[in-house]
Amino acid sequence: MARPAGHASFAMRLGHYGLWAVTLLILFFLILPILIIVPLSFSAGTFLTFPLPGLSLRWYQEFFSSGPWQLALRNSLIVASATTVLATVLGTLAALGMTRARLPAPTLLMGLIVSPMVVPLVIVAVGVYFAYAPFGLTGSLLGLTLAHTVLAVPFVVITVSATLQGFDPNQIRAGASLGAPPATVFFRIVLPLILPGVISGALFAFVTSFDEVVVALFLTGPAERTLPRQMFNGIRENISPIIAAAASMLILLSVLLLTVLELLRRRNERLRGIKA
Amino acid sequence: MAAPAVGSGGAALTGRSLQRQLQRSNRLRRLQAAALVAPLLLYLLLFFLWPIAGMLWRSIDNPELRQVMPQTASLIQGWEGQDLPDEAVLASFAAELRQSYQDKTLAVAAKRLAYESPGFRSLMFAAARALPETPEGSWRATLTGLDPKWGEPLTWAIIQRAAAPWTPIYLLAAIDHRLDANGGIVAAPADQAIYLGIFLRTFWIALVVTVLCLLLGYPVAYQLAALPPRQSNLLLILVLLPFWTSLLVRTAAWVVLLQREGVINDLLIKLGLIGEPLQLVYNRFGVYVAMTHILLPFMILPLYSVMRGLPPHYMRAAASLGAGPVRAFWRVYLPQTVPGIGAGCLLVFILAIGYYITPALIGGANDQMVSYFVAFFTNQTINWGMASALGAVLLLATLLLFALYARLVGIDRLKLG
Repeated sequence: MARPAGHASFAMRLGHYGLWAVTLLILFFLILPILIIVPLSFSAGTFLTFPLPGLSLRWYQEFFSSGPWQLALRNSLIVASATTVLATVLGTLAALGMTRARLPAPTLLMGLIVSPMVVPLVIVAVGVYFAYAPFGLTGSLLGLTLAHTVLAVPFVVITVSATLQGFDPNQIRAGASLGAPPATVFFRIVLPLILPGVISGALFAFVTSFDEVVVALFLTGPAERTLPRQMFNGIRENISPIIAAAASMLILLSVLLLTVLELLRRRNERLRGIKA
Repeated sequence: MAAPAVGSGGAALTGRSLQRQLQRSNRLRRLQAAALVAPLLLYLLLFFLWPIAGMLWRSIDNPELRQVMPQTASLIQGWEGQDLPDEAVLASFAAELRQSYQDKTLAVAAKRLAYESPGFRSLMFAAARALPETPEGSWRATLTGLDPKWGEPLTWAIIQRAAAPWTPIYLLAAIDHRLDANGGIVAAPADQAIYLGIFLRTFWIALVVTVLCLLLGYPVAYQLAALPPRQSNLLLILVLLPFWTSLLVRTAAWVVLLQREGVINDLLIKLGLIGEPLQLVYNRFGVYVAMTHILLPFMILPLYSVMRGLPPHYMRAAASLGAGPVRAFWRVYLPQTVPGIGAGCLLVFILAIGYYITPALIGGANDQMVSYFVAFFTNQTINWGMASALGAVLLLATLLLFALYARLVGIDRLKLG
């Protein structure tokens, strides 16, 4: 050893713990807003400060009995569900197509399909606002669904393509050689195998639509107001614990989503582990 | 196995027909593939590309004068620019001016002309109010009698320009330039030259946020990659949960945390560190904090995936060759993570320049980014040309950066989550 062992190990230990402290601090920064907003939603008072004057469910009660919030929740559920169906079907078909054969200009094709993820939302919003207006699609849940599907489709294509990379096309041939028609092969062999990817994609699509606010700001009037849109107004005008209650429910949704994704990931790993 | 018998007639025939069959089945596969991708492409064409193309078109579209004064707009295009337009053009102008004043559409044309020269609004309305039904002598004499400006060729040159099918003024304005009297491109006067500053501010905020994300994200990714998978997956949840939490929820939470009566000010006062609440929100500080928080996972995830794949023995080799931890990190580890740094930084920067909601809710008037002005011109002042032009420049910047990302990182690496 060229240097004194005690000194080196002390410095290294210091670095080790220092790095741990920094990491935990940054992770704390990441989780802080969630740690703060959830308890505040159970506050008995009307101000968003600690310590809580008492615990109550009054803000949840208010959320579920308020007309505008109920309308917003209903609209969000309708749009997000319709978006999920549309995006999942279109995205899954496209992902199947892209792995089936080499299409011309694959990079450009993929670039186009994922570009809604990086194009600034306000540009999509202004574009669809101008383009949908002549067809009466502004101020309609249909218009919002059509735009949200554009934003959600890349997630479906990416997750389904990822599942298809581990997919052995010989299984299709095996099915076909045993006499199954293409539809049977698809529903009995392909779909069950890529299902985890399809479900993950569908969940991403749902959340993308459920959280989206910029396009909603341009395409919705008071009657089509969605949950994020309603929250946006609330934050701007008067930030009350009812926002914290709405936010907490959205956080719960994210927790559920993450749990399902994690279960799917484990199932996938287990299946592949058996196969290997 | 024996090699295929070369020259044997039967085998050659089978070979050829096999080749044909293979070609046919390949063609079929390609057709099937195209048919599967086609619905999505058609969908994106109709509901994504067409709207964006429409927005780009609006940045050069020039419809106002041609709608309000269609005859004058077409007649004045024949004017050579010498002296004044001839009597037929002026007569048509007078008739359509009066007509549009009655129909209450004049404001549209006057607003459009005021973009070229601010004095036009009052000039148009004064003329519309005072104009007789028949000319006193000639229309030229009548108009010039109302205001000597109508006798200047410059006035008519501006009308001619505003009546053309398309115009560069919005795109020029978006980069702080304008057309001068002779149609040459000049810098905009200082009081109107605000947009380059806004683009600069947008890029600056995006740059600061990117650097902050890198500084905070690198140690976290490093630590996560160094842990055994079971532990790192657990800690990764702390990255993924905020990542999948609604942007609006996180923005709202930061307002709650940072506002004057908010949690952080409260805590600092109770600890006796400050006497007066600090202004942490509705300013640049709040924007940096919230945007860094929201974009940090986009930095951590690509860094983590690169670091996870690094073989550990390079670092051991460096240590065994006598490099201290700092030197080994700097010379061996860091260079290997450059692809992750590039991917994370580009992605964060691309996403940051398009931000709208977070600065709008957490920033002050001087912290708004380009997207805010696109929305502002669309909804508030209804200047769709200006909104589209700013949008077009922002889109160009985004697409250039995205092309760079595709080239350096690869589109298939764009996985979120």
